[in-house]
Amino acid sequence: MGKLKVGVVGLGKMGLSHFAMVNAHPDVETIACDGAGFMVDVLSKNINTTIYRDFDEMLAKEPLDAVVIATPSRLHAPMVTAALDKGLHVFCEKPFCLDWADSQRLTDTAAEKGLVTQVGYHYRYVGAFREMKRLIDAGAIGRITHVLAEAYGPVVLRPKRSTWRTDKAEGGGCLYDYAAHPLNLLNWFFGAPDRVMGSHLGQVFSEGTDDEVFSTLRWNEGPTAQLSVNWSDESHRKMSTKISLIGTNGRLYADRQECQAYLRKPVDGLEGYDEGWTVKYTTELTEERWFYLRGEEYSGQLDDFICAVRDGKRQAPENGFASATETDRTMAMIIENAETGTPVGEARTGAPQPAKKRGWFGR
Amino acid sequence: MDKLLFGDNQFFGINHMSEEKARAQAMRFQKTQAIMDVLDVAYDTGINTFMCTTHDRIAEIAKRVKADPVRYADFQFYPCMPYAHKYANAVTEHGMVGALREFMPKDGLLATALTGTKALATKEVDGIAKVLIDMEMKMFEGTKTPVVFIQNVFTDLLLGMGFTRALRIFDDHIREKWGAEPAYITMNMPMLLDALEKEGIERPIICSNINKIGFRMSGGFDAYLDALKSGRVRAVAMSVYASGAIPADEAIHWVSELPGVESIVFGASSAGNIRGTKELVDKYMGQHA
Repeated sequence: MGKLKVGVVGLGKMGLSHFAMVNAHPDVETIACDGAGFMVDVLSKNINTTIYRDFDEMLAKEPLDAVVIATPSRLHAPMVTAALDKGLHVFCEKPFCLDWADSQRLTDTAAEKGLVTQVGYHYRYVGAFREMKRLIDAGAIGRITHVLAEAYGPVVLRPKRSTWRTDKAEGGGCLYDYAAHPLNLLNWFFGAPDRVMGSHLGQVFSEGTDDEVFSTLRWNEGPTAQLSVNWSDESHRKMSTKISLIGTNGRLYADRQECQAYLRKPVDGLEGYDEGWTVKYTTELTEERWFYLRGEEYSGQLDDFICAVRDGKRQAPENGFASATETDRTMAMIIENAETGTPVGEARTGAPQPAKKRGWFGR
Repeated sequence: MDKLLFGDNQFFGINHMSEEKARAQAMRFQKTQAIMDVLDVAYDTGINTFMCTTHDRIAEIAKRVKADPVRYADFQFYPCMPYAHKYANAVTEHGMVGALREFMPKDGLLATALTGTKALATKEVDGIAKVLIDMEMKMFEGTKTPVVFIQNVFTDLLLGMGFTRALRIFDDHIREKWGAEPAYITMNMPMLLDALEKEGIERPIICSNINKIGFRMSGGFDAYLDALKSGRVRAVAMSVYASGAIPADEAIHWVSELPGVESIVFGASSAGNIRGTKELVDKYMGQHA
């Protein structure tokens, strides 16, 4: 079988790294595309890859199988639309679309056409979070009631020059850039929340967008979660995402390096997890990939996408458009809640049970 | 190269096992004296080479080493460049071209070329790369730097993109201007080795993960062993303990029997671990560093 032809669109921070990984993939021939600029200029003189300056021209001229879209978020919806119209499989950077109605429409279009779709929520490819998901699904800590989802890191540390990343209308800001990740993990674990309240999108140094996010999310048939995210925190060397869960049978904690479990009682089918603490580290949770750049999760997600296309699958194993749409919708709920101050979504059905009257020592 | 090199991850809050431990280390090594104390233990144990990022704080270490030439007569640095955060911050602040302009001599030709609207000539790109390398080397002037590495994120980005000509520019410039051996850190050793050979770079010094459990040996465990056996690479093994997943004695013993591994680089912050690793390397790799 010949190689797949994949166009990588956008050679910014994520785009360059995607381009390097896709280009190194043994089953792929890569084409690149970005508007004119310093990077395009230097690269076109120094590498063999064809680099287009115009997206439409690339779509028209190249017989592509798939595209990887890593442009500023505002451009995702129109570019993904054009690519799907051409019948191409699409990997798109996160967040998927700024208006979740677009996300839904594109999810439907891709499904009708049977195209493989994926969005770059790479935390689902981090070994420790995969282990956490496995433990949740196995019922390791029983009924989960209490969730804390956090992300901190040093992105905006002073008032500075604005770029699309600091412009809300372009899809910038701490909510889209940082909070999207822990939210996407919560969607993975529990689905879309039924109700969002207490949201705060705060500014620390930015003028055009948010630097910190708080929110309370509730699942009618599940837990209540608190989200705490801040990208103006210099004490973290780089972005750090962590999830803590408490359930009736114990506690789980995960970050990029490790997954810690505390079980009150062992659970059938979970080998290696005894009563009390069990800690698993990246060293044992990591799957090797064909190429490593900044972490296995980045090449892992691209590998899954490429292999799904190569093998004629109708969908990628993880992070399809439908699941990214859940995250876009969750973020829309947080924005609406922060703007109006009114809880967004359905309240728990049925009135709360009134407290029973008890005697001093009654049960 | 010495058999045992001392690394610097532990000083900068980098720990591949635990974010909690990483933070505890960042707290402990906040003061340069705390780093110096550990380096002194390593040096007095007979480990003379400090393989370190071109982090701003390393400049302070270099200053101290220069200030006491008698005490540190045999102390040498293997710089690893670039310190990526410095550039990442500048790019966020000034944009790609703006950041580069910040780093160029103010009234030189290159700064002018970057201001212009014309596409840069190949020679100008090479010139910019050389200025950036020289800037990273500045803090080490007056110290011994016989080997100079390029950091893995950078090596691997260039490797993936197929921009290996940049590695060739680095190689030539480190030899010609700095009279040192150019070397490469990578997470993709077999692929890098092929690419370097295509650029005409023979028997390169390559530092990569080499450990018994195959942790982060991207491209496959067997491909690594084949490359080592082929004699085409002078390897420096890192992550030999796989972040603590392999017992020390077993880990060093295994690596010592591989052909092509000239050195081991490790990081530790306790005297016990430093001496322990030194003893194991002496025991299995034959000679004193």
